[in-house]
Amino acid sequence: MVSGLINANPVVYEKKERRVRNSAPQFDEYAVEPIDQLEIFDILFLLLLLDIKDPEHPYSLEELKVITEDAIEVDNDRGYVRVTFTPTVEHCSMATVIGLCLRVKLMRSLPSRYKMDIRVAPGTHATEAAVNKQLNDKERVAAALENPNLVDMVDECLAPSYG
Amino acid sequence: MELLDANLELKEIQKLQGHTDRVWSLAWNPATAAADVPSVFASCSGDKTVRIWEESPSTRSWDCKAVLEETHTRTVRSCAWSPSGKLLATASFDATTAIWENVGGDFECVSTLEGHENEVKSVSWNASGSLLATCGRDKTVWIWEVMPGNEFDCIQVLQGHTQDVKMVQWHPTMDMLFSCSYDNTVKVWWSEDADGDWSCVQTLGESNNGHSSTVWSLAFNAKGDKLVTCSDDLSLKIWEADIIRMQSGDGYAPWNHMCTLSGYHDRTVFSVHWSRDGIIASGAADDAVRLFVESKDGSMNGPTYQLLLKKKAHDMDVNSVQWFPGEKRLLASASDDGTIKIWELASLA
Repeated sequence: MVSGLINANPVVYEKKERRVRNSAPQFDEYAVEPIDQLEIFDILFLLLLLDIKDPEHPYSLEELKVITEDAIEVDNDRGYVRVTFTPTVEHCSMATVIGLCLRVKLMRSLPSRYKMDIRVAPGTHATEAAVNKQLNDKERVAAALENPNLVDMVDECLAPSYG
Repeated sequence: MELLDANLELKEIQKLQGHTDRVWSLAWNPATAAADVPSVFASCSGDKTVRIWEESPSTRSWDCKAVLEETHTRTVRSCAWSPSGKLLATASFDATTAIWENVGGDFECVSTLEGHENEVKSVSWNASGSLLATCGRDKTVWIWEVMPGNEFDCIQVLQGHTQDVKMVQWHPTMDMLFSCSYDNTVKVWWSEDADGDWSCVQTLGESNNGHSSTVWSLAFNAKGDKLVTCSDDLSLKIWEADIIRMQSGDGYAPWNHMCTLSGYHDRTVFSVHWSRDGIIASGAADDAVRLFVESKDGSMNGPTYQLLLKKKAHDMDVNSVQWFPGEKRLLASASDDGTIKIWELASLA
């Protein structure tokens, strides 16, 4: 068990109000590129991501401003996604777990052809380069995801909240 | 004819399905390289199994002959045939290396090598088949001696890498071992006398023109005087050494950086392999296979290498590329998309 939180008093921000759209976003990898697919995808993407919780707190990563809309880059033509996240504190040892949660969420939600890079926002973590390297080494990610304890933790973070 | 002028293409011969997770690695059985023998290769996967594929003499296509399962309990990361082709070694994230023997068409696990603390990532036989090397996440490289009766004794644990070791590879003719790592370096392990201890005699790192990120794989040319390495830094690097001097017993001759092939790959280069006739193949996270050849009309600084062709080979990352060891110019590729493809390098019709 965790004895003492790493960040006991996080700043909690209000959830951003969702953009209103006329029709439900759809994503069909065989469909001809719709004109505003990028935007639709962006919204869909946020919906997928924002319920991920901080491993330490009951707040979602959005409420903690770990993930913001601006931090998600999508290039549909190349099938490329980049998420930049901001750990709540500079020495946050949970950064790799948060990053792993983001990666797993994307892996489970996106078509397999998508390439993804998960990164810590520049200057927001003491061991930024090490965290980035680990999160983007697919062999280490694969090994981590065979660790039942870690998978439980990730699943808990990704569990939907019914609040 | 010069390869560069030959107008070649990589033609897909066959797509092999069967693995239910990403295919990490594959290895051709060297004993099946002759023209009159059906060729065989092994593949290993995140589905915890190893598959053996054999060429059918009538249809010239490869069929799955055996599935080696229920031995490894986690991802099987790499596999390697002994030089005689009689034994297959498989390295797994379950911290073990298994040795399999083909007994009348059935593959039996005849030995399990334990010792690494956690994930074993690579396994390699030396040229004579008397030694085996393994490496893993515990930052160590182990050398095992092959004893009679399928016994394997660990004779040395090599420490020096500061991060997990991604791959080990013996030199094709000499008992010189190479390891590459998440610590961005390649280390060369060498023993001055036949029964002595191996020690690290050289580290190919960023300060001597080496890689600036994880080194995933390495391969030798047929003569063994050149080495190619590939990395997360999106480049390939070619190194050369005075192999004649080493073979004549005049001691270790260092490997020197010869050239860097950069600007070709967009994402991590996971695998590299050198064909018998000098073609370098690379497999990368951009789903493509690239082929490079030496261009003779290089500068005064010696030979340079240039791109022969690029082929989008799979729907997902290419994890391993391996040339067939026989006469035919066949290349096998393994991918995150769960498939293996066999390609033939042929003239454009």
